[in-house]
Amino acid sequence: MQKRKKGNAGFIAGCVITGMMLTLTVIGFFYTPYDPEAMSAADKLAGISPRHIMGCDNFGRDIFSRVLKGAQTTLIVAGGTVLIGTVFGVLIGAFTGYFGGIVDEALMRVMDALFAFPSLLLALVFVSLFNSGTYQVILALGIAFIPSFSRIVRSEYLRCRNLDYVKSARLAGASHLRIMFVHILPNIYTVLLSSIMIGFNNAVLAEAGLTYLGIGVQPPDASLGEMLSNAQTYLFSAPWYAFGPGITMVLLILGFSLMADGLKH
Amino acid sequence: MRYAGKKLISVLATLLIVSFLVFLAFAVIPGDAAVSKLGTQATPERIAALRAEMGLDRPFFVRYGNWLLSALKGDFGKSYSYGESVSALIGQKLPITLALSVLSFLIMIVCAIPLGIYTAKHEGGALDRIIMVVNQVVMAVPPFFSGIMITYVFGLLLKWFQPGSFVSYTVNLGRFLHYLLFPAVAIALPKIAMTVKLLRSSLIQEAKKDYVRTAYSKGNRTNGVLYRHVLKNAMIPVITFLAMTFTDMIAGSVIMEQVFSVAGIGRLLISSISSRDYPVVEAVIVLLALIVVLVNLAADVLCRALDPRIRH
Repeated sequence: MQKRKKGNAGFIAGCVITGMMLTLTVIGFFYTPYDPEAMSAADKLAGISPRHIMGCDNFGRDIFSRVLKGAQTTLIVAGGTVLIGTVFGVLIGAFTGYFGGIVDEALMRVMDALFAFPSLLLALVFVSLFNSGTYQVILALGIAFIPSFSRIVRSEYLRCRNLDYVKSARLAGASHLRIMFVHILPNIYTVLLSSIMIGFNNAVLAEAGLTYLGIGVQPPDASLGEMLSNAQTYLFSAPWYAFGPGITMVLLILGFSLMADGLKH
Repeated sequence: MRYAGKKLISVLATLLIVSFLVFLAFAVIPGDAAVSKLGTQATPERIAALRAEMGLDRPFFVRYGNWLLSALKGDFGKSYSYGESVSALIGQKLPITLALSVLSFLIMIVCAIPLGIYTAKHEGGALDRIIMVVNQVVMAVPPFFSGIMITYVFGLLLKWFQPGSFVSYTVNLGRFLHYLLFPAVAIALPKIAMTVKLLRSSLIQEAKKDYVRTAYSKGNRTNGVLYRHVLKNAMIPVITFLAMTFTDMIAGSVIMEQVFSVAGIGRLLISSISSRDYPVVEAVIVLLALIVVLVNLAADVLCRALDPRIRH
């Protein structure tokens, strides 16, 4: 009983953090305290103050405003990635898990081969194929995430395909497609939802990692990874440059992982 | 024996698939290696000549076959940008990345296993709760951000090491390991958190099973039951996870090498991707795939040794 309560507390904390971060990001679309691109020589590497709550970067740009813009890019990339991964993962996983057979065997071998690869490395390969840029990164990460999603979905379909409700639906004359997407899919949504959240976190990490390496999202698009990579140069004279984007990323990921954990309970 | 044969075939098949996909991928992308080597100003004749020299004018399957045959002999061709043989290039960098990965893996094991056992034993206690909260936060810290923070705290404030002063193991082994310690900790941190969490829940779940009660009723003490019965069973999901973690750590070192400017495979891969040096990229990826496959194989074998049920 106590365990359940603890799980709920984590879940609620996760919702609060995520809600806060999402609200801030959405506000960033309409309003930022300063123009995120406006440079000012006087404020170069200015510290944390009431005027600039996260300080200023090496061009005198307000870090908080840039973090808001960067969080947008991060959320768009992560959202797009998870969308591609989920849609194709569900399709592949549903068909292979539900029907089985030789196609399943062959596809799963390929997926195993891909899955053996850490998704960051896979994304690196795809980025080197598609070049860098926001949309290319979404595509690269999306493809890199398909194997893990399809594996999870496949095992769920494998588990469900012989359950009684599926059998009775079949007896009632439902088509395979209807059974797959109207009957089984709603039954696996908790598993799917928590893997979407974990996938979302991995996407945030992978995007920031790629951008940090200089082969992800490209300037002028603001991105948390790019800010951190710049901040490293000024770590000694202006450590706050790293704190703002870094802590933002921690909160984003923490919120989603708490929610994913809570869903499992 | 049949198991070994089956495993061997699947390992070889995986490597074949990876190498084929990688080769195919780099064959179909727009942009010609000969053009990028000579620049867009080059005359068509020179480009054609270089294409012939590099073998780019031959059909795809012939090229793949040739590449595969020489790769089996350990020859991955020549790097476009370094002019050196790819195997020599990788040979210099690989020990550095492996040292970094192994070091972070050791740090992780040394920290995570005692912590996991402790938290499971004292489930619900004050320290357990604190550790679990810290765990949750540590898991959310992107590895390169923790890398930057470690650079700041230990490099710039405490001056325990000088960021950017990496020396290769060929120059000074002691200083090499000392420097690698910091990126290794940065790589290990989130993995420690994940392993503690998994080991803890795995132990708690095992401890609820019937055989544990039997072991107690036979007069064993808590520690005896824990170490001789529960831990052995609880380790099985953990070992599979650790194998995945090790491969993740190799990927993690790609980023951490950049943060701490360590000249390993990761930096080689990134710079080769940027300069479109495909022979190097292909070789590094196939090599990483080999490591991944071997580590997973080792985990499989270890699990079978620990759990006779898997053998049947």
